Amino acid sequence: MGNLGRVVVVGASAAGVTTAETLRREGYTGRLTLVGDEEALPYDRPPLSKQVLAGVWEPEKTVLRPESAYADQDIELLLGNAACGLDLARRTVALANGEELGYDGLVIATGTTPRTLPSGHDLAGVHVLRTVGDALALRGDLLRSSAVVVVGAGFLGTEAAAAARQLGLDVTLVDPLPLPLVRQFGDRVAAAIAELHEERGVRLRTGTGVVRLHGETAVSGVELTDGTVVRADVVLVAIGAVPATGWLDGSGVPVDDGVVCDATCRTADGVYAAGDVARWFHPHFGGLMRVEHRMNATEQGMAVARALLGAQTPFAPVPYFWTDQFDAKVQAYGVFPAGAEMTVAHGRLDEREFVAHYLAQGRVVGVLGWNMARQLRQDRQLVSGSPGGVRTGRTPGSAPRSA
Amino acid sequence: MKVRIDVDACVGAGQCVLAAPDVFDQRDEDGMVVLLLEEPPAELEAATEHAALLCPALAIVVDR
Ligand SMILES: Cc1cc2nc3c(=O)[nH]c(=O)nc-3n(C[C@H](O)[C@H](O)[C@H](O)COP(=O)(O)OP(=O)(O)OC[C@H]3O[C@@H](n4cnc5c(N)ncnc54)[C@H](O)[C@@H]3O)c2cc1C
Ligand code: SF4
Repeated sequence: MGNLGRVVVVGASAAGVTTAETLRREGYTGRLTLVGDEEALPYDRPPLSKQVLAGVWEPEKTVLRPESAYADQDIELLLGNAACGLDLARRTVALANGEELGYDGLVIATGTTPRTLPSGHDLAGVHVLRTVGDALALRGDLLRSSAVVVVGAGFLGTEAAAAARQLGLDVTLVDPLPLPLVRQFGDRVAAAIAELHEERGVRLRTGTGVVRLHGETAVSGVELTDGTVVRADVVLVAIGAVPATGWLDGSGVPVDDGVVCDATCRTADGVYAAGDVARWFHPHFGGLMRVEHRMNATEQGMAVARALLGAQTPFAPVPYFWTDQFDAKVQAYGVFPAGAEMTVAHGRLDEREFVAHYLAQGRVVGVLGWNMARQLRQDRQLVSGSPGGVRTGRTPGSAPRSA
Repeated sequence: MKVRIDVDACVGAGQCVLAAPDVFDQRDEDGMVVLLLEEPPAELEAATEHAALLCPALAIVVDR
Protein backbone atom coordinates (compact mmCIF):
# COMPACT_ATOMS: atom_id res chain seq x y z
CA MET A 1 0.00 0.00 0.00
CA GLY A 2 1.60 3.23 -1.11
CA ASN A 3 0.02 6.37 0.36
CA LEU A 4 -1.42 5.96 3.81
CA GLY A 5 -2.75 9.30 4.96
CA ARG A 6 -4.16 8.03 8.23
CA VAL A 7 -3.93 4.81 10.20
CA VAL A 8 -6.43 4.08 12.98
CA VAL A 9 -5.66 1.34 15.50
CA VAL A 10 -8.62 0.19 17.59
CA GLY A 11 -7.68 -1.43 20.92
CA ALA A 12 -4.96 0.23 23.00
CA SER A 13 -3.20 -2.66 24.63
CA ALA A 14 -0.27 -4.96 23.85
CA ALA A 15 -1.09 -5.54 20.18
CA GLY A 16 -2.39 -2.05 19.42
CA VAL A 17 0.51 -0.21 21.05
CA THR A 18 3.07 -2.45 19.34
CA THR A 19 1.43 -1.89 15.95
CA ALA A 20 1.44 1.89 16.37
CA GLU A 21 5.05 2.03 17.56
CA THR A 22 6.27 -0.31 14.83
CA LEU A 23 4.59 1.85 12.18
CA ARG A 24 6.63 4.82 13.40
CA ARG A 25 9.83 2.84 13.71
CA GLU A 26 9.41 1.58 10.15
CA GLY A 27 9.13 5.14 8.90
CA TYR A 28 5.40 5.81 8.64
CA THR A 29 4.90 9.57 8.91
CA GLY A 30 1.15 9.94 8.33
CA ARG A 31 -1.49 10.54 10.96
CA LEU A 32 -1.69 7.77 13.56
CA THR A 33 -4.56 7.36 16.04
CA LEU A 34 -4.80 4.74 18.78
CA VAL A 35 -8.32 4.27 20.16
CA GLY A 36 -9.08 2.41 23.40
CA ASP A 37 -12.18 1.99 25.51
CA GLU A 38 -10.32 1.74 28.81
CA GLU A 39 -9.55 4.94 30.72
CA ALA A 40 -6.16 3.78 31.98
CA LEU A 41 -2.94 4.26 30.03
CA PRO A 42 -2.23 1.04 28.10
CA TYR A 43 -0.90 -1.64 30.45
CA ASP A 44 0.24 -5.23 30.49
CA ARG A 45 -2.14 -8.00 31.56
CA PRO A 46 -0.03 -11.05 32.56
CA PRO A 47 1.09 -9.56 35.90
CA LEU A 48 -2.56 -8.97 36.88
CA SER A 49 -3.18 -12.59 37.87
CA LYS A 50 0.32 -12.91 39.35
CA GLN A 51 2.25 -9.99 40.89
CA VAL A 52 -0.71 -7.57 41.11
CA LEU A 53 -3.12 -10.08 42.62
CA ALA A 54 -0.45 -11.21 45.07
CA GLY A 55 0.25 -7.59 45.98
CA VAL A 56 3.98 -7.65 45.17
CA TRP A 57 3.60 -5.09 42.34
CA GLU A 58 1.84 -1.78 42.40
CA PRO A 59 -0.52 -1.63 39.41
CA GLU A 60 1.51 1.30 37.98
CA LYS A 61 4.29 -1.16 37.21
CA THR A 62 2.13 -2.77 34.54
CA VAL A 63 1.87 0.42 32.44
CA LEU A 64 3.38 -0.25 29.02
CA ARG A 65 4.74 3.25 28.26
CA PRO A 66 4.77 6.59 30.04
CA GLU A 67 2.16 8.96 28.64
CA SER A 68 4.85 11.15 27.05
CA ALA A 69 6.00 8.27 24.84
CA TYR A 70 2.86 8.58 22.71
CA ALA A 71 3.26 12.30 22.09
CA ASP A 72 6.98 11.79 21.43
CA GLN A 73 6.10 9.35 18.66
CA ASP A 74 3.27 11.51 17.38
CA ILE A 75 0.68 8.87 18.26
CA GLU A 76 -2.74 10.36 18.99
CA LEU A 77 -4.14 8.49 21.98
CA LEU A 78 -7.93 8.46 22.34
CA LEU A 79 -8.66 6.65 25.61
CA GLY A 80 -11.99 5.98 27.29
CA ASN A 81 -13.59 5.89 23.88
CA ALA A 82 -15.01 2.71 22.34
CA ALA A 83 -15.31 2.04 18.64
CA CYS A 84 -18.91 1.06 18.00
CA GLY A 85 -19.13 0.63 14.26
CA LEU A 86 -17.16 0.22 11.04
CA ASP A 87 -18.08 1.24 7.49
CA LEU A 88 -15.78 -0.54 5.07
CA ALA A 89 -17.06 1.28 1.98
CA ARG A 90 -16.64 4.76 3.41
CA ARG A 91 -13.58 3.75 5.42
CA THR A 92 -14.77 5.17 8.70
CA VAL A 93 -14.85 4.01 12.30
CA ALA A 94 -17.66 5.27 14.51
CA LEU A 95 -16.82 6.08 18.11
CA ALA A 96 -19.09 5.97 21.16
CA ASN A 97 -18.75 9.73 21.62
CA GLY A 98 -20.35 10.26 18.21
CA GLU A 99 -17.12 11.09 16.39
CA GLU A 100 -16.24 9.37 13.13
CA LEU A 101 -12.65 8.63 12.15
CA GLY A 102 -11.72 8.20 8.51
CA TYR A 103 -8.86 5.81 7.79
CA ASP A 104 -6.67 4.59 4.97
CA GLY A 105 -5.39 1.73 7.09
CA LEU A 106 -7.26 0.16 10.02
CA VAL A 107 -5.99 -2.25 12.64
CA ILE A 108 -8.40 -4.27 14.76
CA ALA A 109 -6.73 -5.06 18.10
CA THR A 110 -9.67 -5.25 20.48
CA GLY A 111 -8.60 -8.46 22.24
CA THR A 112 -11.06 -10.59 24.15
CA THR A 113 -13.56 -10.20 26.96
CA PRO A 114 -14.24 -12.73 29.72
CA ARG A 115 -16.95 -15.30 29.26
CA THR A 116 -19.50 -15.22 32.07
CA LEU A 117 -21.88 -17.65 33.78
CA PRO A 118 -25.54 -17.48 32.70
CA SER A 119 -26.42 -15.81 36.02
CA GLY A 120 -24.97 -14.71 39.34
CA HIS A 121 -22.60 -11.97 38.22
CA ASP A 122 -24.77 -9.32 39.88
CA LEU A 123 -23.94 -10.75 43.34
CA ALA A 124 -21.30 -8.91 45.35
CA GLY A 125 -18.06 -10.91 45.54
CA VAL A 126 -18.36 -12.40 42.04
CA HIS A 127 -15.50 -11.43 39.74
CA VAL A 128 -13.95 -11.86 36.33
CA LEU A 129 -10.31 -10.94 35.63
CA ARG A 130 -9.23 -9.09 32.53
CA THR A 131 -8.54 -5.46 33.42
CA VAL A 132 -6.41 -3.75 36.04
CA GLY A 133 -9.67 -2.61 37.65
CA ASP A 134 -10.82 -6.23 37.81
CA ALA A 135 -7.53 -7.25 39.45
CA LEU A 136 -7.70 -4.55 42.12
CA ALA A 137 -11.37 -5.25 42.88
CA LEU A 138 -10.65 -8.98 43.19
CA ARG A 139 -7.62 -8.39 45.39
CA GLY A 140 -9.63 -6.05 47.63
CA ASP A 141 -12.32 -8.70 48.12
CA LEU A 142 -9.77 -11.47 48.67
CA LEU A 143 -8.10 -9.49 51.47
CA ARG A 144 -11.47 -9.21 53.24
CA SER A 145 -12.46 -12.84 52.82
CA SER A 146 -11.65 -16.33 53.94
CA ALA A 147 -12.98 -18.64 51.22
CA VAL A 148 -12.72 -18.27 47.47
CA VAL A 149 -14.01 -20.54 44.73
CA VAL A 150 -12.32 -20.27 41.35
CA VAL A 151 -14.52 -21.51 38.52
CA GLY A 152 -12.43 -22.73 35.60
CA ALA A 153 -9.01 -24.39 35.82
CA GLY A 154 -7.36 -22.91 32.76
CA PHE A 155 -4.34 -20.59 32.91
CA LEU A 156 -6.15 -17.72 34.54
CA GLY A 157 -7.99 -19.88 37.06
CA THR A 158 -4.96 -21.87 38.13
CA GLU A 159 -2.79 -18.75 38.45
CA ALA A 160 -5.42 -16.92 40.46
CA ALA A 161 -5.98 -19.96 42.68
CA ALA A 162 -2.25 -20.04 43.43
CA ALA A 163 -2.16 -16.30 44.18
CA ALA A 164 -5.21 -16.55 46.48
CA ARG A 165 -3.70 -19.51 48.30
CA GLN A 166 -0.52 -17.51 48.81
CA LEU A 167 -2.66 -14.78 50.39
CA GLY A 168 -3.75 -17.42 52.90
CA LEU A 169 -7.30 -18.04 51.72
CA ASP A 170 -9.18 -21.27 51.64
CA VAL A 171 -9.24 -21.98 47.88
CA THR A 172 -11.40 -24.37 45.86
CA LEU A 173 -10.77 -24.78 42.15
CA VAL A 174 -13.70 -26.15 40.13
CA ASP A 175 -13.70 -27.44 36.55
CA PRO A 176 -15.84 -29.92 34.62
CA LEU A 177 -12.72 -31.50 33.11
CA PRO A 178 -10.87 -34.18 35.07
CA LEU A 179 -7.64 -32.18 35.55
CA PRO A 180 -6.55 -28.55 35.56
CA LEU A 181 -4.99 -27.38 32.28
CA VAL A 182 -5.62 -30.77 30.69
CA ARG A 183 -6.84 -29.22 27.44
CA GLN A 184 -3.74 -27.11 27.20
CA PHE A 185 -1.04 -29.61 28.23
CA GLY A 186 -2.45 -33.15 28.12
CA ASP A 187 -2.95 -35.50 31.06
CA ARG A 188 0.57 -36.04 32.39
CA VAL A 189 1.54 -32.40 32.78
CA ALA A 190 -1.99 -31.64 33.97
CA ALA A 191 -1.63 -34.31 36.67
CA ALA A 192 1.56 -32.63 37.86
CA ILE A 193 -0.25 -29.27 37.99
CA ALA A 194 -3.03 -30.90 40.04
CA GLU A 195 -0.49 -32.41 42.42
CA LEU A 196 1.25 -29.07 42.86
CA HIS A 197 -2.00 -27.31 43.71
CA GLU A 198 -3.10 -30.02 46.15
CA GLU A 199 0.26 -29.99 47.90
CA ARG A 200 -0.11 -26.28 48.45
CA GLY A 201 -3.57 -26.71 49.89
CA VAL A 202 -5.84 -25.85 46.96
CA ARG A 203 -8.92 -28.03 47.03
CA LEU A 204 -9.57 -29.42 43.56
CA ARG A 205 -13.13 -30.19 42.53
CA THR A 206 -12.44 -31.32 39.00
CA GLY A 207 -14.86 -33.35 36.94
CA THR A 208 -17.64 -31.15 38.37
CA GLY A 209 -19.53 -28.31 36.79
CA VAL A 210 -21.25 -25.33 38.35
CA VAL A 211 -25.04 -25.34 38.59
CA ARG A 212 -25.51 -21.87 40.10
CA LEU A 213 -24.18 -19.35 42.55
CA HIS A 214 -25.93 -18.97 45.91
CA GLY A 215 -26.53 -15.71 47.80
CA GLU A 216 -28.98 -12.86 48.29
CA THR A 217 -27.02 -9.73 47.54
CA ALA A 218 -23.56 -11.15 48.11
CA VAL A 219 -22.35 -14.57 47.00
CA SER A 220 -22.36 -17.22 49.72
CA GLY A 221 -21.59 -20.43 47.88
CA VAL A 222 -21.29 -22.32 44.62
CA GLU A 223 -23.60 -25.22 43.85
CA LEU A 224 -21.89 -27.98 41.88
CA THR A 225 -23.33 -30.60 39.55
CA ASP A 226 -22.73 -33.32 42.17
CA GLY A 227 -25.22 -31.55 44.45
CA THR A 228 -22.73 -30.14 46.94
CA VAL A 229 -22.51 -26.44 47.77
CA VAL A 230 -19.04 -25.02 48.39
CA ARG A 231 -19.00 -22.03 50.73
CA ALA A 232 -17.51 -18.87 49.23
CA ASP A 233 -17.26 -15.16 50.02
CA VAL A 234 -15.52 -14.57 46.72
CA VAL A 235 -15.97 -16.30 43.37
CA LEU A 236 -13.69 -15.80 40.40
CA VAL A 237 -15.24 -16.89 37.12
CA ALA A 238 -12.37 -17.81 34.78
CA ILE A 239 -14.07 -19.81 32.05
CA GLY A 240 -12.35 -18.38 29.01
CA ALA A 241 -12.69 -15.31 26.88
CA VAL A 242 -14.44 -14.39 23.66
CA PRO A 243 -13.09 -12.12 20.92
CA ALA A 244 -14.30 -8.51 21.30
CA THR A 245 -15.89 -8.21 17.87
CA GLY A 246 -19.37 -6.93 18.72
CA TRP A 247 -18.54 -3.50 17.26
CA LEU A 248 -17.92 -5.18 13.87
CA ASP A 249 -21.42 -6.69 13.62
CA GLY A 250 -22.95 -5.95 10.24
CA SER A 251 -19.76 -4.35 8.90
CA GLY A 252 -18.95 -7.19 6.52
CA VAL A 253 -15.67 -8.05 8.26
CA PRO A 254 -15.67 -11.86 8.50
CA VAL A 255 -15.96 -12.92 12.13
CA ASP A 256 -15.86 -16.55 13.27
CA ASP A 257 -14.29 -16.97 16.71
CA GLY A 258 -12.22 -13.87 15.97
CA VAL A 259 -11.57 -11.70 12.94
CA VAL A 260 -10.77 -14.07 10.09
CA CYS A 261 -7.63 -13.02 8.21
CA ASP A 262 -5.32 -14.27 5.49
CA ALA A 263 -1.68 -15.20 6.09
CA THR A 264 -0.65 -11.54 6.21
CA CYS A 265 -3.32 -10.84 8.87
CA ARG A 266 -5.43 -8.86 6.38
CA THR A 267 -9.20 -9.21 6.64
CA ALA A 268 -10.48 -6.58 4.16
CA ASP A 269 -8.96 -3.94 1.92
CA GLY A 270 -6.70 -1.87 4.18
CA VAL A 271 -7.97 -3.65 7.30
CA TYR A 272 -5.80 -5.93 9.47
CA ALA A 273 -6.14 -7.65 12.84
CA ALA A 274 -3.58 -8.39 15.56
CA GLY A 275 -3.44 -10.02 18.98
CA ASP A 276 -6.05 -12.09 20.84
CA VAL A 277 -8.84 -11.02 18.46
CA ALA A 278 -7.14 -12.17 15.23
CA ARG A 279 -7.74 -15.56 13.66
CA TRP A 280 -5.35 -15.82 10.77
CA PHE A 281 -4.09 -18.44 8.37
CA HIS A 282 -0.79 -19.81 9.70
CA PRO A 283 1.07 -21.18 6.68
CA HIS A 284 3.23 -23.68 8.60
CA PHE A 285 0.60 -25.07 10.90
CA GLY A 286 -1.75 -25.14 7.93
CA GLY A 287 -4.93 -23.76 9.38
CA LEU A 288 -6.70 -20.83 10.94
CA MET A 289 -5.20 -20.03 14.29
CA ARG A 290 -5.98 -17.63 17.11
CA VAL A 291 -3.47 -17.21 19.90
CA GLU A 292 -4.36 -15.68 23.26
CA HIS A 293 -0.82 -15.13 24.48
CA ARG A 294 1.20 -12.07 25.28
CA MET A 295 4.14 -12.75 22.97
CA ASN A 296 1.84 -13.16 20.00
CA ALA A 297 0.31 -9.74 20.60
CA THR A 298 3.76 -8.18 20.17
CA GLU A 299 4.85 -10.28 17.20
CA GLN A 300 1.57 -9.95 15.36
CA GLY A 301 1.42 -6.22 16.03
CA MET A 302 4.86 -5.87 14.44
CA ALA A 303 3.84 -8.02 11.48
CA VAL A 304 0.63 -6.06 10.87
CA ALA A 305 2.49 -2.74 10.92
CA ARG A 306 4.86 -4.04 8.25
CA ALA A 307 1.99 -5.47 6.21
CA LEU A 308 0.23 -2.09 6.28
CA LEU A 309 3.39 -0.56 4.89
CA GLY A 310 3.43 -3.04 2.03
CA ALA A 311 5.24 -6.19 3.21
CA GLN A 312 3.74 -9.38 1.79
CA THR A 313 5.39 -11.78 4.26
CA PRO A 314 3.08 -14.35 5.84
CA PHE A 315 2.92 -14.20 9.64
CA ALA A 316 4.30 -17.58 10.71
CA PRO A 317 5.51 -17.45 14.31
CA VAL A 318 6.26 -20.28 16.70
CA PRO A 319 3.78 -19.33 19.45
CA TYR A 320 5.24 -18.86 22.92
CA PHE A 321 3.60 -18.63 26.31
CA TRP A 322 4.34 -19.02 29.97
CA THR A 323 2.46 -19.42 33.21
CA ASP A 324 3.63 -18.97 36.81
CA GLN A 325 1.95 -20.83 39.64
CA PHE A 326 3.53 -21.29 43.07
CA ASP A 327 7.16 -22.18 42.28
CA ALA A 328 6.35 -23.58 38.85
CA LYS A 329 7.38 -21.64 35.79
CA VAL A 330 5.92 -23.47 32.83
CA GLN A 331 6.81 -22.26 29.36
CA ALA A 332 6.01 -23.58 25.94
CA TYR A 333 6.79 -23.01 22.30
CA GLY A 334 4.60 -24.25 19.47
CA VAL A 335 1.17 -25.83 19.52
CA PHE A 336 -0.33 -28.63 21.61
CA PRO A 337 -3.09 -30.12 19.49
CA ALA A 338 -5.47 -32.93 20.32
CA GLY A 339 -3.83 -36.30 19.96
CA ALA A 340 -0.24 -35.03 20.05
CA GLU A 341 2.06 -37.55 21.72
CA MET A 342 3.95 -36.29 24.72
CA THR A 343 7.35 -37.59 25.80
CA VAL A 344 9.70 -36.31 28.49
CA ALA A 345 12.96 -35.45 26.72
CA HIS A 346 15.03 -33.94 29.53
CA GLY A 347 14.81 -34.05 33.31
CA ARG A 348 12.04 -35.74 35.25
CA LEU A 349 8.38 -35.02 35.42
CA ASP A 350 8.05 -36.29 39.00
CA GLU A 351 10.78 -33.88 40.08
CA ARG A 352 8.97 -31.06 38.28
CA GLU A 353 11.99 -30.10 36.29
CA PHE A 354 11.70 -31.26 32.72
CA VAL A 355 11.26 -30.52 29.05
CA ALA A 356 8.57 -32.45 27.17
CA HIS A 357 8.16 -32.78 23.43
CA TYR A 358 4.76 -33.03 21.76
CA LEU A 359 4.66 -34.91 18.48
CA ALA A 360 2.00 -34.98 15.79
CA GLN A 361 2.46 -37.20 12.74
CA GLY A 362 6.05 -37.82 13.73
CA ARG A 363 6.98 -34.14 13.96
CA VAL A 364 7.65 -32.08 17.05
CA VAL A 365 4.90 -29.43 17.09
CA GLY A 366 5.38 -28.21 20.64
CA VAL A 367 7.97 -28.21 23.41
CA LEU A 368 7.10 -27.50 27.03
CA GLY A 369 9.48 -26.78 29.89
CA TRP A 370 8.79 -26.81 33.61
CA ASN A 371 11.46 -24.91 35.54
CA MET A 372 13.94 -25.63 32.72
CA ALA A 373 14.06 -22.45 30.68
CA ARG A 374 17.50 -22.80 29.15
CA GLN A 375 17.06 -26.32 27.84
CA LEU A 376 13.64 -25.37 26.55
CA ARG A 377 15.06 -22.50 24.56
CA GLN A 378 17.49 -24.88 22.91
CA ASP A 379 14.69 -27.30 22.04
CA ARG A 380 12.61 -24.54 20.47
CA GLN A 381 14.37 -25.12 17.16
CA LEU A 382 12.88 -28.62 16.98
CA VAL A 383 9.37 -27.22 16.57
CA SER A 384 7.99 -27.40 13.08
CA GLY A 385 4.54 -27.08 11.61
CA SER A 386 1.96 -29.79 11.50
CA PRO A 387 -0.61 -30.55 8.86
CA GLY A 388 -4.24 -29.91 9.73
CA GLY A 389 -5.88 -26.96 11.42
CA VAL A 390 -4.62 -26.08 14.83
CA ARG A 391 -6.02 -23.82 17.48
CA THR A 392 -4.10 -22.79 20.48
CA GLY A 393 -4.30 -20.23 23.20
CA ARG A 394 -5.98 -19.65 26.48
CA THR A 395 -9.30 -20.76 25.08
CA PRO A 396 -10.51 -24.33 24.97
CA GLY A 397 -8.98 -26.65 22.39
CA SER A 398 -8.72 -30.35 22.97
CA ALA A 399 -6.23 -32.28 24.94
CA PRO A 400 -2.99 -33.78 23.75
CA ARG A 401 -2.52 -37.35 24.97
CA SER A 402 0.49 -38.88 26.61
CA ALA A 403 2.68 -41.48 24.99
CA MET B 1 23.49 2.78 24.09
CA LYS B 2 22.94 1.58 27.67
CA VAL B 3 20.93 -1.46 28.62
CA ARG B 4 19.18 -2.11 31.92
CA ILE B 5 17.27 -5.20 32.92
CA ASP B 6 14.53 -5.72 35.47
CA VAL B 7 15.05 -9.25 36.74
CA ASP B 8 11.93 -8.82 38.85
CA ALA B 9 9.81 -8.56 35.74
CA CYS B 10 11.66 -11.15 33.62
CA VAL B 11 9.65 -14.29 32.96
CA GLY B 12 12.56 -16.21 31.49
CA ALA B 13 11.12 -16.23 28.02
CA GLY B 14 14.53 -16.24 26.40
CA GLN B 15 13.38 -14.04 23.53
CA CYS B 16 16.23 -11.66 24.32
CA VAL B 17 18.80 -14.43 24.01
CA LEU B 18 17.33 -15.53 20.68
CA ALA B 19 17.44 -11.95 19.40
CA ALA B 20 20.83 -10.87 20.79
CA PRO B 21 22.88 -13.77 22.13
CA ASP B 22 25.98 -11.61 22.59
CA VAL B 23 24.15 -9.21 24.86
CA PHE B 24 21.84 -11.45 26.91
CA ASP B 25 22.04 -14.84 28.53
CA GLN B 26 19.78 -16.76 30.90
CA ARG B 27 20.59 -18.16 34.33
CA ASP B 28 20.67 -21.92 34.38
CA GLU B 29 18.53 -22.39 37.49
CA ASP B 30 15.48 -20.31 36.67
CA GLY B 31 15.97 -18.90 33.19
CA MET B 32 16.17 -15.30 34.42
CA VAL B 33 17.92 -12.87 32.13
CA VAL B 34 21.62 -12.12 32.58
CA LEU B 35 23.03 -8.98 31.00
CA LEU B 36 26.35 -9.72 29.32
CA LEU B 37 27.00 -6.28 27.85
CA GLU B 38 25.74 -3.13 29.53
CA GLU B 39 26.94 -0.99 26.64
CA PRO B 40 26.68 -3.06 23.48
CA PRO B 41 28.85 -1.95 20.56
CA ALA B 42 27.24 -0.24 17.57
CA GLU B 43 26.90 -3.43 15.52
CA LEU B 44 24.78 -5.03 18.25
CA GLU B 45 22.50 -2.06 18.87
CA ALA B 46 19.81 -3.07 16.40
CA ALA B 47 19.63 -6.61 17.78
CA THR B 48 19.54 -5.25 21.34
CA GLU B 49 16.69 -2.94 20.51
CA HIS B 50 14.83 -5.77 18.83
CA ALA B 51 15.27 -7.88 21.99
CA ALA B 52 13.82 -5.09 24.13
CA LEU B 53 10.80 -4.84 21.84
CA LEU B 54 10.24 -8.59 21.81
CA CYS B 55 10.57 -9.16 25.54
CA PRO B 56 7.02 -10.09 26.61
CA ALA B 57 7.67 -8.87 30.15
CA LEU B 58 9.07 -5.44 29.25
CA ALA B 59 12.10 -6.37 31.33
CA ILE B 60 14.68 -4.73 29.05
CA VAL B 61 15.14 -0.97 28.98
CA VAL B 62 17.38 0.61 26.37
CA ASP B 63 18.65 4.17 26.89
CA ARG B 64 20.24 5.99 24.02
C1 LIG C 1 -5.02 -11.84 33.91
C2 LIG C 1 -4.33 -12.28 32.66
C3 LIG C 1 -3.12 -12.99 32.75
C4 LIG C 1 -2.44 -13.38 31.58
N1 LIG C 1 -1.27 -14.07 31.70
C5 LIG C 1 -0.60 -14.45 30.59
C6 LIG C 1 0.62 -15.19 30.70
O1 LIG C 1 1.10 -15.49 31.79
N2 LIG C 1 1.26 -15.53 29.56
C7 LIG C 1 0.77 -15.21 28.33
O2 LIG C 1 1.40 -15.56 27.34
N3 LIG C 1 -0.39 -14.52 28.20
C8 LIG C 1 -1.09 -14.14 29.30
N4 LIG C 1 -2.28 -13.45 29.18
C9 LIG C 1 -2.78 -13.14 27.83
C10 LIG C 1 -2.27 -11.80 27.33
O3 LIG C 1 -2.40 -10.81 28.29
C11 LIG C 1 -3.02 -11.43 26.06
O4 LIG C 1 -2.65 -12.35 25.07
C12 LIG C 1 -2.74 -10.01 25.59
O5 LIG C 1 -3.19 -9.07 26.52
C13 LIG C 1 -3.39 -9.76 24.23
O6 LIG C 1 -3.21 -8.42 23.85
P1 LIG C 1 -4.22 -7.70 22.86
O7 LIG C 1 -3.69 -6.33 22.71
O8 LIG C 1 -4.44 -8.55 21.67
O9 LIG C 1 -5.64 -7.70 23.59
P2 LIG C 1 -6.10 -7.05 24.97
O10 LIG C 1 -4.97 -7.02 25.93
O11 LIG C 1 -7.35 -7.75 25.36
O12 LIG C 1 -6.45 -5.53 24.60
C14 LIG C 1 -7.54 -5.17 23.83
C15 LIG C 1 -7.90 -3.76 24.19
O13 LIG C 1 -8.93 -3.30 23.33
C16 LIG C 1 -9.94 -2.68 24.10
N5 LIG C 1 -11.20 -2.73 23.35
C17 LIG C 1 -12.05 -3.79 23.22
N6 LIG C 1 -13.10 -3.45 22.44
C18 LIG C 1 -12.92 -2.14 22.08
C19 LIG C 1 -13.67 -1.24 21.29
N7 LIG C 1 -14.81 -1.59 20.70
N8 LIG C 1 -13.19 0.02 21.13
C20 LIG C 1 -12.01 0.39 21.71
N9 LIG C 1 -11.26 -0.44 22.47
C21 LIG C 1 -11.73 -1.69 22.65
C22 LIG C 1 -9.95 -3.47 25.38
O14 LIG C 1 -10.57 -2.78 26.43
C23 LIG C 1 -8.45 -3.63 25.60
O15 LIG C 1 -7.92 -2.51 26.24
C24 LIG C 1 -2.99 -13.07 30.32
C25 LIG C 1 -4.21 -12.38 30.24
C26 LIG C 1 -4.88 -11.99 31.39
C27 LIG C 1 -6.19 -11.24 31.30
S1 SF4 D 1 12.98 -11.82 26.82
FE1 SF4 D 1 12.45 -10.63 28.64
S2 SF4 D 1 11.36 -12.06 29.92
FE2 SF4 D 1 12.45 -13.23 28.39
S3 SF4 D 1 14.38 -13.83 29.36
FE3 SF4 D 1 14.71 -11.97 28.20
S4 SF4 D 1 14.37 -10.37 29.70
FE4 SF4 D 1 13.48 -12.16 30.55
